Amino acid sequence: MKPYLRSIKAKWTLQDYPDNTTYEAGYLISKNAGWRSIRPVIDTKKCSGCLQCYLHCPDGVISKRDGAVAIDYDFCKGCGICKRICKLKAIEMEAESK
Amino acid sequence: MSREFLSGNEAFAYGIRLAAPQVISAYPITPQTIVVERLSEMVEDKSLKSEFIHVESEHSALSCAIGASATGVRTFTATSSQGLLYMAECLVYASGGRYPIVMMNANRSTALPWNIYGDQRDSLSLLDCGWIQAYAKDAQESLDLAILSYYIAEHPKVSTPFMVNLDGFHLTHTYEMVEVPESELVKNFLSDYNTDNKIDFENPKNIAFSAGPEHNFAFKYKEHIGILNAKEIISEAEQKFAPLFGREYSGLVEAYRCDDAEYILITLGSIFGLCSDVADELRNEGVKTGVLRLRYMRPFPNKEIADIARNAKAVAVLEKDISFGNEGSVYTNVNSALQKAGLSVPSLNFIGGLGGRDISEEDIREIFNKLSQGKTAVHFIGIEEGAII
Repeated sequence: MKPYLRSIKAKWTLQDYPDNTTYEAGYLISKNAGWRSIRPVIDTKKCSGCLQCYLHCPDGVISKRDGAVAIDYDFCKGCGICKRICKLKAIEMEAESK
Repeated sequence: MSREFLSGNEAFAYGIRLAAPQVISAYPITPQTIVVERLSEMVEDKSLKSEFIHVESEHSALSCAIGASATGVRTFTATSSQGLLYMAECLVYASGGRYPIVMMNANRSTALPWNIYGDQRDSLSLLDCGWIQAYAKDAQESLDLAILSYYIAEHPKVSTPFMVNLDGFHLTHTYEMVEVPESELVKNFLSDYNTDNKIDFENPKNIAFSAGPEHNFAFKYKEHIGILNAKEIISEAEQKFAPLFGREYSGLVEAYRCDDAEYILITLGSIFGLCSDVADELRNEGVKTGVLRLRYMRPFPNKEIADIARNAKAVAVLEKDISFGNEGSVYTNVNSALQKAGLSVPSLNFIGGLGGRDISEEDIREIFNKLSQGKTAVHFIGIEEGAII
């Protein structure tokens, strides 16, 4: 389980913001991946679903969706730890310019 | 009520015992040490039920207070000088997170040259960090501010950390008779801290989150409104305080003989007493003088200063501070208040007391003397060739 983006409003007013920096857990409203230069891509045929990449991802962007391991590119920073940890070599890093 | 012979530090500790924070985290530094020593003794002798946490630095002292406040409890810390500067990173976490921590700061010079004596450059260099800043004039006001500060800081419309400043040595180490109220009275005045801004196991929350360029600005605006709201709540707190405790306070400023004054000396902290004595002497000699004490630097008393200075021939700002390369920061703020009100009264800046140098009665007489000449300039008391236009 991981939090996903919720409630993206076109225009925010002051009333939409909390008065402090405390809010319902797992509430993400801004994408945060703008500086990624390379992205991990999972070869689902090689992937066994062991979830080592999920355990090691420092940004918590890997999860199982519809039975397959998937990456949330709205938050992945492209660090490549998942590629390094994958013993089956099921993850490759691809340039973002592609 | 009892009457006790207390120093400023001790009076503040007595006030904190009455406000009864659940968590105190502190690191000792001259001239603040005695306030936390007394509090640790009170915890030891069980006259204060509080978790007293010894930490390894001031950075940790405030970090610890922030963590405690984020569990929804009342917190206290204290520091001075280099310690305040060391915790500067955490000051903005406390204010941005809207944690109503109360901190006593013993105003002290900053290095180099190394010096432990009193001036106000430590706290005045941090006016922009989002904390309420009050400056006490004596030990009684110090004790009362220890109680009032929690009422104001924890009010839901404010929710802002509160720094109470005591002049190092002049106030922290000087003994005077202080009225110590009964704890029942304080319980009637100060309700328990109650907030949604906390860790909650029943209703899990993100705390101290980040916000990118699109959303960050709104939080900063709200922080600003919170500290501005303190003006109203300071007044509300003092009006409730007066009938219960028998002592009246006058909001953001205290004016002494300013009503018909032609020459007004604006200052802050414990030097107010001596300035008032000199104003009395000059009044006896036929010079219409008054003294205006800034009790609060944030929120800043723009309106109060303008209202009082409106009919003056000239105003002076005496401060133990210099913003190197410009002028005293209090002077900058006062000039802004005058300018916004459309006043063109001449204003003079007097920088004094840096590194704990004494400001004498003669020095204050000389300020009023220069004031009557009404020529805008920045003067450095006791430094030859000091005036800078």
